[in-house]
Amino acid sequence: MSEFTLWDILRNLLLATRWTIVLSLVSFVGGSLVGALLLLLRIGYNKAGRVFARGYIELFQGTPLLMQLFLAFFGLGLFGIDVPAWLAAGLALILWTAAFLAEIWRGCVEAIAKGQWEASSSLGMGYIQQMRYVILPQALKIAVPPTVGFSVQVVKGTALTSIIGFVELSKAGTVVTNATFEPFTVYGLVALIYFCLCWPLSKSSQILERKLNVAHRNH
Amino acid sequence: MAYAFDFGWLVEYWPVLLKGIGITLELTVIGGLLGVSLGIACAWARALGPAWLRPFVSAYVEMIRNTPFLIQLFFIFFGLPALGFRLGELEAANLAMVINLGAYSCEIIRAGIQATPRGQFEAGASLGMTRFETFRHVVLVPALQRIWPALSSQIVIVMLGSSVVSQIAAEDLTFAANFIQSRTFRAFETYFVSTLIYLALAILLRQVLRGVGWSIFPKRGAAAR
Repeated sequence: MSEFTLWDILRNLLLATRWTIVLSLVSFVGGSLVGALLLLLRIGYNKAGRVFARGYIELFQGTPLLMQLFLAFFGLGLFGIDVPAWLAAGLALILWTAAFLAEIWRGCVEAIAKGQWEASSSLGMGYIQQMRYVILPQALKIAVPPTVGFSVQVVKGTALTSIIGFVELSKAGTVVTNATFEPFTVYGLVALIYFCLCWPLSKSSQILERKLNVAHRNH
Repeated sequence: MAYAFDFGWLVEYWPVLLKGIGITLELTVIGGLLGVSLGIACAWARALGPAWLRPFVSAYVEMIRNTPFLIQLFFIFFGLPALGFRLGELEAANLAMVINLGAYSCEIIRAGIQATPRGQFEAGASLGMTRFETFRHVVLVPALQRIWPALSSQIVIVMLGSSVVSQIAAEDLTFAANFIQSRTFRAFETYFVSTLIYLALAILLRQVLRGVGWSIFPKRGAAAR
């Protein structure tokens, strides 16, 4: 039986970390785009759009991400395609991320004083113009810290994709454990790598929030 | 799409789902009660406790909040036996949920404690209360009342997150779904039904927690009596 050094274990885990990072980026970027669309529906004037967005957000926030992954995996399979794990993982994570980001951003838009809507409307601006020139630029500023904070949840969420067979950091942890029989070391290292990915994001979210509050106090 | 949906398996397998729901609820209740208690203790330590204790609590909170629950679970279930600390799958699942919720609720409750006006502590002290009595009667209850909605959401998140305990063979709702789909090969329908059950549980739990909030906290304005 071959022996594994600590470096062998770490190297294999770090190689798999690439896929955790790629999947996190894809989910975050894709989720932002879908989330922005949902946000426009959620706060728009179209009643059907609002109802749809509310239902969507309730559904994705009220069910486990793991179930969403299973449904994406087996649901796509119903169309007779052989579903690769990365496709189901990416799809489910994008849809899940979108629901949370839309709800976070709605809070930011609603935090903008009502007078801003009235003022821009009295200038004869339409909905799109109000959004583009008055509301979104202000909402964007308050949205940054919670959005960065949520990116931590996305990175942690990718760990669940190991369950439907996508090979990223968590799956690599299981594979390496099965080869080395050293679960304590391996899962300890896996946790440490996740921590190194997430902690800078958490910290910068906190710092951004503090900076933003300072800006508020000076106004 | 030439696929015919079939929910006929429900007739035979609903008791399996029901048992899974029971375990999920049991995990949530135990995890919720112990997790929030741990969170209160940690929030006290971080906001008002002795200076030497604070870095340890901070390290615990940061460590848990920045790693996935699945890895925490694997570490407890697979990793700890290497140190001679062996747990059954349900105990491991419960322990992981308590540790996880403890860290998150610590941060939430601490925010509530720090929003308490300084005068409240001084008022407590001037009534001859000890620091602990002031914390228990004057600070904690209004703090919990303030952050109750956030804490409720976190408990719901932990309930939904508990679906991964099926990965260490704890027989919760997701485990039941995995079992049924491996017997019936009706994967989509099985997960569809269990997803709806989770949704119903989440809505129900939110209502229950709102009711709990109503009954344990004094109504606003009652302090003037």
